Amino acid sequence: MKVTEKDVAYVADLANLELTPEESVRMVADLNSILGHIDKLNELDTTNVEPLAEVASAFASAERHGSEQFAYAQRADEVKPGLSREVALANAPDTDGTCFKVPKVIER
Amino acid sequence: MNINTLTIGAARSLVESREVSAQALAEAHYEQIAGRDETIGSFLTLTRERALAQAERIDRLAEKGDPLPPLAGVPVAFKDVLMTRGVRTTAGSRFLDKFVAPYDATAVSRVEAAGAICLGKLNCDEFAMGSSNENSAFHPVRNPHDTSRVPGGSSGGSAAAVAAGFAVATLGSDTGGSIRQPAAFCGVVGILPTYGRVSRYGLIAFASSLDHVGPLARSVEDAAALLEVIAGRDPLDSTSADVPVGKYSLECGREVKGLRIGIPGEYFAEGLDPEIRQAIERRIDGLRRAGCEIVNVSLPHTEYAIPVYYIVATAEASANLARFDGVRYTSRSPQAKTLADMYRRSRNEGFGAEVKRRILLGTYALSAGYYDAYYLKAQQVRTLLTRDFQNAFTSVDAIITPVTPTAAFKLGEKTDDPMAMYLSDIYTVTANLAGIPGISLPCGNNREGLPLGIQILGKHFDEATVIRLAHAIEQDQR
Repeated sequence: MKVTEKDVAYVADLANLELTPEESVRMVADLNSILGHIDKLNELDTTNVEPLAEVASAFASAERHGSEQFAYAQRADEVKPGLSREVALANAPDTDGTCFKVPKVIER
Repeated sequence: MNINTLTIGAARSLVESREVSAQALAEAHYEQIAGRDETIGSFLTLTRERALAQAERIDRLAEKGDPLPPLAGVPVAFKDVLMTRGVRTTAGSRFLDKFVAPYDATAVSRVEAAGAICLGKLNCDEFAMGSSNENSAFHPVRNPHDTSRVPGGSSGGSAAAVAAGFAVATLGSDTGGSIRQPAAFCGVVGILPTYGRVSRYGLIAFASSLDHVGPLARSVEDAAALLEVIAGRDPLDSTSADVPVGKYSLECGREVKGLRIGIPGEYFAEGLDPEIRQAIERRIDGLRRAGCEIVNVSLPHTEYAIPVYYIVATAEASANLARFDGVRYTSRSPQAKTLADMYRRSRNEGFGAEVKRRILLGTYALSAGYYDAYYLKAQQVRTLLTRDFQNAFTSVDAIITPVTPTAAFKLGEKTDDPMAMYLSDIYTVTANLAGIPGISLPCGNNREGLPLGIQILGKHFDEATVIRLAHAIEQDQR
């Protein structure tokens, strides 16, 4: 077993999840089963292989269209209309009409 | 008019000639939905008002004899991961049960601007995570060909709706096979466009480097016509490519003689249902007779695709799904007293088991001490997988593979074993990892009468060749 219940609790904490004891037991078993398959990647020697985070820019230079086809984050820095406050707040579980409301953060 | 076999071209002609009004056509589809969707479960929300208002506008144009847009009066529906302004958009999750989208996804607004009628929003696996549609927080979808079987996933509602005659065509999303696999299971056509070909603006994100929006339809020509409408640069998605969009529907009927087709042995190895292998071989023989050159190619890193995919996809998902926090657009746990407690309880109550599993796996792969061993390693092998395709495409124009190892499986068959479910994506995740386009189309039925699918993969931005070949295969079966 690679992943223990303690590991799952730690990762759940990082992900802002709180598992029930039953969920936690199931998750330990599932993650170990999945990671067992994923360990297959260790069969490959990847020394000096560049990591690929997203495919578009990697191909932009290799393919016939040239790199100008993707305009990553190159738009002009102009102010444009976005969602109105009313629309932006419409789906929130709690607001005061101008801001999102959350439970008290600081006790005093 | 047979509503079960109606194509985009036929629907548009009926409306244009005023033989059937767009409103009557929409109503006929709602009747069909009312009659059978209780069993199939493909819709989560119906948008009758929106549909009838759109249809009325088209009918007025038709009455005046004005030129009609390309999808005029065509009843369509959208997977519920695509934002539809003023309409509930849930991503198949309880967490977004009451979420009303404040804007339209670009693909949605393009389809509606082309005159299509939006009938409603389609069921899917929660946050598009699943291969059977059993992870929908609301209800599963059943395969119209055999209701004891799954329609595939995650765009199960999108495929089932087309197969059951509920909509002429639909939009879905595909992160690891979620358009192509349900298309194969339900006997319809589904296109995975090149990464960057179709804007992701307004698509609720699962894994941003792998997510694609694409069409599902009853024929290659219909899927191509829908792709034409949704494709093209969108300033609202910085990864959308500025590459000219072809007239894909005109590829249908073009000669395939002289095209070189690669057959990768790795996709026909152990584990493939012999009936699917035979059905694909018959189609390959058809292409050979039509003058295609069939050659063997090798994609040697194929066996590593599932491990790479389930690290990359879950790592990206764990980051993307951090935004669902009980503050801005999701439901909130009523019991929480503190802010930290509110995040935890809301997320724990809002997300289903598979979504939590993937968030945890992704968080684990990105956490200190495991980043290099899992995430970096997976990204490096992604490079190798992508190079496999680059190498193969130096000698061939397209590659033919199966879509799935088996025909549609039964509900409940794989729900207890996440790894077994993940392995059903074995032939589809590779295209998402490499960002190449693909199509899934029917290639016959097995002895039980279930549809079988064939996949064609192409070079980056070469949807045209993929569609041309798919149409030739489709015609060869008629």
